[in-house]
Amino acid sequence: MTYEHHDYDVLIIGAGGAGLRAAIEAKQRGLSVGILTKSLLGKAHTVMAEGGMAAAMGNVYPEDNWMVHFRDTMRGGKYLNNYRMAELHAKESPARVLELEQWGALFDRTKDGKILQRDFGGHRYARLAHVGDRTGLELIRTLQQKVVSMGTDVFMEVKVLRLVHDADGRVAGCVAYRRQTGEFITFGAKAVILATGGAGKSWKFTSNSWEGTGDGHAMALWAGANLIDMECIQFHPTGMVWPLSVRGLLVTEGVRGDGGVLRNSEGKRFMFDYVAPMFRAETAESEEEADKWYYDHTAGRRPPELLPRDEVARAINAEVKAGRGTPHGGVYLDIATRRPAEFIRRRLPSMYHQFMELAGVDITTEAMEIGPTCHYIMGGVQVEADTAATAARGLFAAGEVAGGMHGANRLGGNSLSDLVVFGKRAGEGAAQYIAAGDVAGPMNAHQVEAAVAEALAPFDREAGENPYDIQRDLQEMMQANVGIIRTQSELEDAAIQLDAFTERVKNIKVKGPRAYNPGWNLATDLPAMITVCKAVTIGATLRKESRGGHTREDYPGADPEFAKFNFAHSTDGGNWDSDIVTKESALLAMPEELKVLLEEAK
Amino acid sequence: MAEVTMRVWRGDANGGDFESYSVTQNEGEVVLDVIHRIQATDAPDLACRWNCKAGKCGSCAAEINGKPQLMCMTRMDTLPEGPVTVTPMKTFPIIRDLVTDVSFNFAQAEKVPALLPPPMPEDGYRMYQEDVTRGQEFRKCIECFMCQDVCHVIRDHEGNKQHYAGPRFFIRYAELEMHPLDTNDRRDLIREEMGLGYCNITKCCTEVCPEHIKITDNAIIPLKERVVDAHYDPVAWLGRKIRRRTKRSADDAAVQPAP
Ligand SMILES: Cc1cc2nc3c(=O)[nH]c(=O)nc-3n(C[C@H](O)[C@H](O)[C@H](O)COP(=O)(O)OP(=O)(O)OC[C@H]3O[C@@H](n4cnc5c(N)ncnc54)[C@H](O)[C@@H]3O)c2cc1C
Ligand code: SF4
Ligand code: SF4
Ligand code: FES
Repeated sequence: MTYEHHDYDVLIIGAGGAGLRAAIEAKQRGLSVGILTKSLLGKAHTVMAEGGMAAAMGNVYPEDNWMVHFRDTMRGGKYLNNYRMAELHAKESPARVLELEQWGALFDRTKDGKILQRDFGGHRYARLAHVGDRTGLELIRTLQQKVVSMGTDVFMEVKVLRLVHDADGRVAGCVAYRRQTGEFITFGAKAVILATGGAGKSWKFTSNSWEGTGDGHAMALWAGANLIDMECIQFHPTGMVWPLSVRGLLVTEGVRGDGGVLRNSEGKRFMFDYVAPMFRAETAESEEEADKWYYDHTAGRRPPELLPRDEVARAINAEVKAGRGTPHGGVYLDIATRRPAEFIRRRLPSMYHQFMELAGVDITTEAMEIGPTCHYIMGGVQVEADTAATAARGLFAAGEVAGGMHGANRLGGNSLSDLVVFGKRAGEGAAQYIAAGDVAGPMNAHQVEAAVAEALAPFDREAGENPYDIQRDLQEMMQANVGIIRTQSELEDAAIQLDAFTERVKNIKVKGPRAYNPGWNLATDLPAMITVCKAVTIGATLRKESRGGHTREDYPGADPEFAKFNFAHSTDGGNWDSDIVTKESALLAMPEELKVLLEEAK
Repeated sequence: MAEVTMRVWRGDANGGDFESYSVTQNEGEVVLDVIHRIQATDAPDLACRWNCKAGKCGSCAAEINGKPQLMCMTRMDTLPEGPVTVTPMKTFPIIRDLVTDVSFNFAQAEKVPALLPPPMPEDGYRMYQEDVTRGQEFRKCIECFMCQDVCHVIRDHEGNKQHYAGPRFFIRYAELEMHPLDTNDRRDLIREEMGLGYCNITKCCTEVCPEHIKITDNAIIPLKERVVDAHYDPVAWLGRKIRRRTKRSADDAAVQPAP
């Protein structure tokens, strides 16, 4: 068959912060660039980010610098990070934030006209550049406007189904379909950059949109790259819990950074009871001490509400389990009694709006009910830090789809900066790869046809299952068995159930036409979702310890032996349901001068 | 729990009709929840756009009981008793069901001459909060395109799309024109090709904006003054201040000292 076809030097899959930044870089280097996104331009997850982007610019606390940021990131990640990524990120994020202003971004300002920075969990100093609580919107709009002004080809509502190799096994392009018409379309490229974002849609309570199905994670695995740290999933401590229809919707950490505190049903500020030994030295012991800190970080130590997210999420979970939760099974997040109404409306306008309109709660007078929600996947495609290159030749990955940067737990604000730091590096990496000359030949037509046939199969079946039923059951199963707290028997059960889901996916029946058919689109998402869930479950079963975003009820402590490697998954890439093979992949050895930074601060 | 009848427009460019669905509605649900329930049960091929479900991405605009609204921010319990009608935005060509072809807006975006700032000093530009507050108001825009949908200049006269940017892009031009670092001049373009003159300040755009951006008062009217001034008297605009500080020259902006 022949399909609509386009060729580019660099093909970028994903138009969030990472994809757009990569596009700018590749364009600036004179390469032809095509960007593909399965929604409209400007609607990617990045637009939803609220609190800010972390960069040690030292505008509010001049004491801040890349070394402190590096240390905070490694500690937050429980030392499972790719140290080189954490290092590059800490060093380069200030420049990446500043350059956004050249392209039109308008961040909130300090009194002396610099970019204002706000406090977030796990960051020693106020470090998050922000615009109220809509920082992601500012980031994506700025990059989008830059990309458009450079005359870049953007293919909107084009969903990629599979990466395709050339005869020598290099990644040579992809097969996709146009959502608006249902027609297939192929792209050939010398280098492909994956920037497809996260995978949270496989859990029932999630802050992620329909896009977060882990397509990029799965496609990379199928194409011969490795996935690492897949068991490390961030459950953000503060998602809405009521009304049910918005359960999981994010409440920014900025609420706590700006003075909000957590209370149980007895009104107790319970986080003081949950300070792990690792953080005791730098956490306040009393409410009085904590409250001084907001105004002057030298007058007291930080409030325990601002511990890294994994710590706070576990504490909330424990309070609810102990019977001290709210009527709807969360805890209270209270800023109303702590800050003036005017301050709250100015600093947190979209939170004010969100609670008022969706829950009928005025956050300037009432406490919010919140609980953990699946938010971010630390795990992802294993990359080389400096170039974003993956193990599949010609394939690069940046942003949430890449793994390593955040280790076992990501600090708030470190994602938006990750997107621009490694988006740029992926653009550079792809350019260098192309310059070296050993690039892909024509696409393997068999792979194209196989992907097309697989996508169309659900139309041809006489009878079969509704994809929405499978999605719902999958979300419930993952929430119950591979959620925030895990245990061996439930994980083993999950593995068995995932095999059953695999079979169910092979029996999907799709009704209606091909043009803009959400049921069909979901049917094409499910193989990726299940592949990702399998990798998560395997990693969670093997990691017999608790670390960051991976908590085992049966192995509650961290085990130093497990801090020496990542679990790396690969597959022979034959079919989407081919077996996953998992190996230990040793962590990069950290140079002495960086080790010292971690030691000093302990 | 209650039962509600949803009358949803179904069809494509070749035509279509309303289809009625009887669905359960739970406490606190928004229109998008109910649409999703229809998708998950009766009509898995019902086309609609959405992403964030929190009023942040601007994907889910539709006309609910005839009024353009975000489906994810419209609570079912705020609508009058009786069947709820949901139709696609009227101004844009239909793709399928509730999904319209909004490419007109992306084409307009391509025509906007970019920000042209002076070279950046090593430690970044200096800008003050009062200089950026107005621009920040415009940058709250989530590109739901509902203002474009209600603006009669586009809604009632298909042909106008050729030479009318529409309210979403008037705020974009206003933002750039008021940007403390910008050195580009877009006044002729705005007047001659973007059709600012067609706007007769009905304020329908402002009323529908989910971000409560004062499109007419804060963007269109100041922009009109600036553009008209430029046309009739090329120097007069310098004296008028459409922002708190006049646009500084490129060099000024870069070396602005801290107060
Ligand atoms: C509610 C919320 C608030 C957040 N707040 C913050 C914050 O304050 N600070 C912070 O640092 N981080 C925050 N995060 C995390 C951060 O926003 C995300 O991790 C980040 O935006 C991911 O960016 P990305 O560029 O990797 O991918 P995304 O922005 O997710 O974009 C993915 C892109 O890939 C495309 N895509 C995916 N699959 C396919 C396919 N098969 N075919 C074609 N295109 C495809 C999508 O259409 C989209 O364009 C938040 C996340 C959420 C959900
Ligand atoms: S005020 Fe102008 S731009 Fe706004 S709706 Fe009326 S005519 Fe259109
Ligand atoms: S200005 Fe308001 S109504 Fe218009 S597109 Fe932006 S957010 Fe929507
Ligand atoms: S889904 Fe994002 S605005 Fe409604």
